This record gives sequence, structure tokens and C-alpha cells, in this order.
Amino acid sequence: MMLPVYLGLLRKAEQMLASSYRQVAEGHGAEPDVYHLCQTLAQQCDQHERALAPVTERYGEQPDDEPERLHAVGISSTRTGPVGLIRDLQDLYLLANLVDVTWMMVKQAALALRDDQLVAVVGQCDAQIKVQLGWLTTRMKQAAPQALIIAK
Amino acid sequence: MLTGATERHGDLMTDRIADIWGERTPFGRGEHWPVRVDQKLADGVLETDIDRWVQSACVLCSNGCACDIAVKDERMVGIRGRAVDRVNHGRLGPKGLFGSIPGMNSRERLTRPMIRIDGQLVETDWDTAMSRIVERSKTLLAEKGPLSHGFYTSGQLFLEEYYALAVIGKAGIGTPHMDGNTRLCTATAAAAMKESFGSDGQPGSYLDIDDCDAVFLYGHNMAETQTVLWARILDRIAGPDRPFIVCVDPRETEVAKVADVHLPVRPGTNQALMNGLIRELFVHGWVDEAWVQEHTVGVDELRLVVDPWTPEKVAETCGVDADDVRRAARIFGESERVLSTVLQGFYQSAQATAASCQVNNMHLLRGMIGKPGAGILQMNGQPTAQNNRECGADGDLPAFRNWENKEHVQQLATLWGVDIDVIPHWSPPTHAMQIFRYVEQGSIEFLWVSATNPAVSMPQLERIRRILDQDSVFLVVQDLFLTETARYADVVLPAAGWGEKTGTFTNVNRTVHLSDKAIEPPGEARSDLDIFLDYSTRMGFVTNDGSPLLDWSSPEDAYRAWQECSRGRPCDYTGISYDTLRGGSGIPWPCNTENPGGVTRLYTDGVFPTEPDYCESFGHDLLTGATVGEQAFRALETHGKAVIKSAQYAPPHEEPDDDYPLRYTTGRTAYQFHTRTKTARSSQLNRAAPSAWVEISRTDADALRLAEGDIARVTSPRGEIVVPVRVGNVREGTVFAPFHYGYFDASTEVSNGHTSAANELTVTEWDPVSKQPLFKNAAVRIVKVADAVGPSDAPTTTASRPAVPGTVRLTVGGPDAEASGVVDRDAWTADRAEALS
Repeated sequence: MMLPVYLGLLRKAEQMLASSYRQVAEGHGAEPDVYHLCQTLAQQCDQHERALAPVTERYGEQPDDEPERLHAVGISSTRTGPVGLIRDLQDLYLLANLVDVTWMMVKQAALALRDDQLVAVVGQCDAQIKVQLGWLTTRMKQAAPQALIIAK
Repeated sequence: MLTGATERHGDLMTDRIADIWGERTPFGRGEHWPVRVDQKLADGVLETDIDRWVQSACVLCSNGCACDIAVKDERMVGIRGRAVDRVNHGRLGPKGLFGSIPGMNSRERLTRPMIRIDGQLVETDWDTAMSRIVERSKTLLAEKGPLSHGFYTSGQLFLEEYYALAVIGKAGIGTPHMDGNTRLCTATAAAAMKESFGSDGQPGSYLDIDDCDAVFLYGHNMAETQTVLWARILDRIAGPDRPFIVCVDPRETEVAKVADVHLPVRPGTNQALMNGLIRELFVHGWVDEAWVQEHTVGVDELRLVVDPWTPEKVAETCGVDADDVRRAARIFGESERVLSTVLQGFYQSAQATAASCQVNNMHLLRGMIGKPGAGILQMNGQPTAQNNRECGADGDLPAFRNWENKEHVQQLATLWGVDIDVIPHWSPPTHAMQIFRYVEQGSIEFLWVSATNPAVSMPQLERIRRILDQDSVFLVVQDLFLTETARYADVVLPAAGWGEKTGTFTNVNRTVHLSDKAIEPPGEARSDLDIFLDYSTRMGFVTNDGSPLLDWSSPEDAYRAWQECSRGRPCDYTGISYDTLRGGSGIPWPCNTENPGGVTRLYTDGVFPTEPDYCESFGHDLLTGATVGEQAFRALETHGKAVIKSAQYAPPHEEPDDDYPLRYTTGRTAYQFHTRTKTARSSQLNRAAPSAWVEISRTDADALRLAEGDIARVTSPRGEIVVPVRVGNVREGTVFAPFHYGYFDASTEVSNGHTSAANELTVTEWDPVSKQPLFKNAAVRIVKVADAVGPSDAPTTTASRPAVPGTVRLTVGGPDAEASGVVDRDAWTADRAEALS
């Protein structure tokens, strides 16, 4: 059974997203909405990790034998300026999508296992990730014209 | 007769500084609120001296009291309330009585345009000033395009002026960077209604006060912010079947003093309280399940979200008594008709839109909407804020159109005769705080500020001053006075104001009033409409067929154009003309062929404007502000049902800590309006509340060894103010400062040091949905810097009264603060006629 591998991937992806949100918050503190919402969303990711814990306790967690082909290591430093902001938000968007699709795979397994507890956890956490994607999209769309056309 | 009332010329004279609300005229539920015509004439002027009375409505708060202006020898010399009007039944508040005329007659009015030459503002003529603006504007449009332009307007212009500005910005220039200071006062009201009901539009009416069994005031110090509306409630309280009053406010306001339940929540915890109140409705079965099923979507999620919020958990989070939460919920749950009103305590606090939506939810859960006495008043902070929201000179599209609905944008393009792509609709219009951020970053290089004073009213003032002072921005300021903001301008334009121009405006409960021109403006001052039209002409803005974009020559032309724009939309003005507004009462929109007399209450049939093709907004996630989007909104299958939106409580981001151990909140006093540009010029008002103060509880004052009148330094991570202390009735752990006091009339020391404006300390942060700044959530420390030389100047008549009565000289007005108030219990009003018809 390879679900434990995916539970490990999911936990690491949520951790990576949380630390990336915090990095972007610090790097773009002059944008108060970005600062505060990235902090809030990082806490959501922390909470997802906690929500997964009882499930992981039941199934265990395994490392993946396969080496990573696409290396998503999270955001370790941020850019500056208006274009830097949308590029950093865009990176967050990619990472959040990685989390989202990983939840989707776990959900499929949970449904096939008839694991009500895991289905409930997925329902709650993945809905929040979808809102996170919605916020990132909303914020980037707002910022893009000014950043790409006229900002210095 | 009240204490201090005297007879003069046969009329009852009352000191309306000492007695803010005037004589009581008690009435019972379902009865008619008696008429009392309040009047104030300038010293030495008798009624027989007056040449003419000119119809208007008051612009010194958001209540929208109808009035007539007395004119003698081509000067405004007095004011009286209009008896017939549905809003005020003849009454006026102290600001209206004493501030309206002196605010306009001041010798400090701007009378000529000014331009900056060698760093100094010098007077010039209109052609020179406008040429300078147009030259800069044209150059930037050619070199950088429309995104280089920003407009920051007001909640105090007239409808015709907002609409002109909206058309110029959206169809002439094509910039999304337009907003008003309505963002600071009323954006959350609009946002909460859009989220819950699909569109802006006040559900309730002031008439609901007359019919209700209970009034809930959420973060709404109505006794000071809308004194005439509060008089109506006081008259119900004095009547035979007093309504219950529930007050949510961290200060012991006048509202709190008469409340059956006062919930003095910690600032920043409103959402927790609301989730707790709603939980009680579910737990006790005070929910009209059938109505909810038929008229709403989303109740199941709300039920889940509020489930953990027991009264005990609310008590712990909000710092209130658990039994008070139960009692408040019981009053709501067991009363047949509840009126809820909401203002800045919710709108300018953490989770503003979320908490305000919960007020809507309380009513939706009980099906208490659109019925006499059972209403919601999501209040406004300014007299014409509603029109800015309607006309779209703020972050909205005109007539509550949806920027995400291409058909709506096309309607505007057709109406204005321009290509749809000229009108920015790729994302929501830019909100005020973001406009200032773009100025800070240098990408907005042309900023036109009209009738507002961000140098005092915006948060974190040191930053705002720095932004206004940047060389990268060409700043145009259009105002009555040389405000703190105007001092940074490249061009200053002298505007004509209230009584000096004709136009319409609309109050909180959708009532439209006409304000006629009474006198000529001073010097060369021109109406804001004329200024905008002149700019449009000089810029050469044209429609697709080459005719002028704005071919209006009078306010009435602009109004007629607006009527067309509003046709078929929720705010339909097509049945309200200048002529129908002259002589009688204001009229509440929508007014059209189906509703020729206007509409008192919206949603009487439980049908809401949530049809996807009709709604103003597809909504947002309340925690993040993420847009829901058309597809997801259609999936809700609203079809005229209201949307019950829920949100988990999230603690405020700035909480007290060791360095800044106190919570800081800001607000208003009854005697001043905004940044005092008008009210400071009234001797009666300014004597009553002449200078800044900070309020602190007795417990905190004792711990910090602060006594009444001691000079204290209040410091936040962003700045400091140095002001006298009022040991007052704010909740322990919280301090309060009024936000009115800028620097134009301050001592050199205060104005050079920037040490009196409450917004020196506030935080640059906003609600994720409404984008309204959080003026009521900050952490501060306070230390004594000098002994008192006397008590602070805080008024004793209202929430700022001292904790220990009798320790401070009482606030009184004196002879020049006496105004007449003539009660006529039989007098006719527009709403009485309607009730009897």
C-alpha cells in the first residue's frame, strides 16, 4: 500500500507551503494584506498538518523510494518590487497547486478505502487550499497590470 | 421643559450643546414620531429679517436631515429642519444647527486657485491652474497611460459630482484607480450587503424605529454619530412601550447607558461575539427554518462554524459576561420585531465584513427583514457616501453593476458611447489604501484629491504625509479650505460647497434629497461639478462619435444622465426628479413607474437581488477576500435567495504585548465632524470639544498613575501623540482617542511635532473584503509626561464624560448655543401620510 508515501508527500508539501507563505510575508511586509494573509494561510497549513496526524498514525508514513523529478523546494528568499511581488505570489500559487493535487490523490484513496475520517480531513483541508488558490489568483490579477505595465 | 431651556420670542429655546438631543417627544410603538422643528438663526437675525428659505439637507453627518437655509442679503444666516420630511420630522442635531452656516461663511475659505511655484503655493487664476493640471495629465497619459492616474474623492460631494467623476475616470481616462474616503467610513456596509443580498441597498428604514420591539446597536455610537436618529430612539424609550436596547461597544456610550444589555467587547473580537449570538439562535430554536429554507442558501455551513461558540467561550474571547450574551440573544430570539444598526465599531475593526454579515444572518435566520420594525441599517459615516457607492467614483461600477459581468460593463459603454475596453474591468477597482501604495511606489504620478483630508483621516499618518510629499506625484487638491492635505498640493482648487451649488444626495435609508443653491460661493470658488466638467472639456474627452463625453451644462443635466444610468437597477432613480424633490419630503429609491412614491423597505417579498445576471457581486471568501467568481456563484443556485455567509473567528493581528500593553481604538465626538474643516469654524461646536484627548479607564489610570488632565504620551509601533487624559468609561485595557484633531489650527509645537491626530498611531491594514482600514485595532503604551494644568477638554455630555461625575466642569453651550425647537404633535409628515394611505 502506497498511501503512506502520499501522506508523507502531503505533509512535506504543506510544510513547504507554510514556510513559503512565511517567507513571502516577511519579504513583502510593506504590502499589509500580503503580510497578514500569508501569515494566516501559513497557520492554516500548520493546522492541516495537525489534522493529518491521526490519519498518519493509523497508516504510517513512508519515504518515497523514487527520487524527485520535479524539485519543488519551497521559497527560500523573496524578490522585491511590484513584479517581484507577483512572481513570489505566482510561486506560492504553484506550491499551493502541488498541495491541492496531492490532497486530491489522497482523497481518491480515502474514498476507495471508505475511510470516513480521512475523507472528512480532506474535505476540510482541501477546501481551504482552494480558497488559498482563490486569494492568490485574486491578488495577482489585481497587481499584474500595474506591475507589468507601469511600475518602476 | 428641560433644564437650561428658556423662552425667547415665544419659542422654547434649548442649549443644544448641553442637551444634544433636545426636548423629548415620547411616542409609542406604531405611533407617529411627533414633529419638532429645530431652528438656529445667526445672532441678531429675526425670522422677519429673512429674505428667503432655500431647501436643502444637512451634510454634517450621515443621517440626512432635511432642512431649509435662511438667506438674508445674499448670505446664509440660519437653518431649520423641514417638518414634512420622513427623515427628521423637523429636527436637527448640534452639528447641523451650529456648524452648517459658520462652516461655509468662514473667512478662511479658499477663494482663488493656487499653484506651487518654487516650493510655495501662490494664488493664481483658474485658467493657469487648470492648464497646469491638464498639461500634466495629458503628458502622463501619453507617456505612461491611464494607470498613472488616481482619484481620491469623498463622502461629501453631491450625486451629480460623483457621477461626473466616475464617467471621467472610467470612460475618459480609463483608470481603475478611483476611490473615496467612503472606503474609510462605509465600504463595509456596502460589502456586507453585497455578500448577503447580492447588491448594495439598505434593507431597512428609519421608520423601523417606530415599530420595533428591540434595537441592537453593533459598534454604533448613534447618540453621537447620528444624534437625530438617536432622538427618535430616545423618544421611543420615553414612550409607553419602550423597546429593548442592546449595545455592543467597548465604551460606556450614551447608548450603553440606556441599554438593557451592554456587551463591552474587547476591540477586535466582534466575529466571536456574533458567532456566539447566532449559536444561541440555533440552540434555542429561534430560527424560522421554513423561511430560511425558502429564502436563503448557506445555513448549514453557518451552523457548523458557530457550533463551538458557547456563551462561555464568547465571554473568554470577548471579555464580556456569558449571561449577557445569553440575555442579548434571548432578546433577539424572542422579540417579534428587531431593528439592527451597525457602524464603525464593526466596520473599522478586524473581520469587518464577516462580522457585519453575521448581523444580516441574525435577521435572515429569523426571517426578520422587509417587515415594519424588523430591519437592518448598515449605516454610513458621511452624508453622501451612499451616492459615491451608487455612482461609482469609489471602488464600484455605477448603479450597482458588477465588474465581473461583461454585459453590465457593456451597458455602461453603450450609455457613455465608448468602447467596452476603455472601461477597466479586468479586476476590481483599486481601493484607497492600494492607490496610496501605488503613489508610494511611484507608479501613480497624478493624484486628484477632492473634498477629503487624508493627511488627517487615513491610518499611519507619518506614512501618508511622506507619500503626499513625494516629488514623484503631481497632487491636485480640491476643497473648501487649505487643509492639512492641501498644503502638499501642486495645485489647489477652491470649491463651492453646501448652499453654494445645487445637487442631490442620498442618506443611509436611501432617501434622496435636493439641496438647492442658496447663495453665490466666495471669491472665485466653483462647484466640484463645474471643475470636473471643465477638466473633461479641456482634456478633450469624447465619445466614439466625437461628441463631448460630458455634454452637461447644469447639475440637472448630470442628474438626468444618472437617472438613465440607474434605470432598471436596484437604485432606480428614474421616478425622482428635481421637481418631485422640491417642496416636500425626500424620497427613498427605488422610485420608478412601478414604485412612483419610492420604497420604504426592500425585500418585503423575501426576494433578493442575487440572480447572477443582475447581482452587483458574485461575492468573496470572508477570511481572505478571494473572489467567488461567476461559476461558483451560479453553482450556489441563489435565484433570489439571500446568501448566508459564515467565517471562523480570527484574532486581530495586532494584540497587546509587553511593549504595547493596551488596546487602542479611535472614534468620534458629537460636536465635531471628520477632520473639523467645518465644525472647528463653529464657535459653539469648537468650544464644546476644542482639542484632542485620550480616554482611559479608572483602573488603568490608577495603575499608570495618571489623573484627569495629565498630559500623556500614547505610543504605538507607528507613532505617538501627546494629549491630555480623560479618566473615563472605556473598558479596562482599552484606550480611546477621537480622530478629528489634525493640525491646521493647532499650536506650532503640536503641528510641527504631529502630536494630536489619533491616526498617527493607527495601523496600515484593511478588511480583506471591504478593504476598509482597521482604525479600531492597535496596541499602544501610555506614559505620563506632565502634570495636569486642568481637566482635559473632552465633553462631559457623552461617552467621553468623566468616570467620577462632578470632577470636571460640565459641557454647556451658553447663550449662543440656544436653538428653538417647536413641537407640533399634529403636524403632517410624508411617512405619516404614507402610513395612513
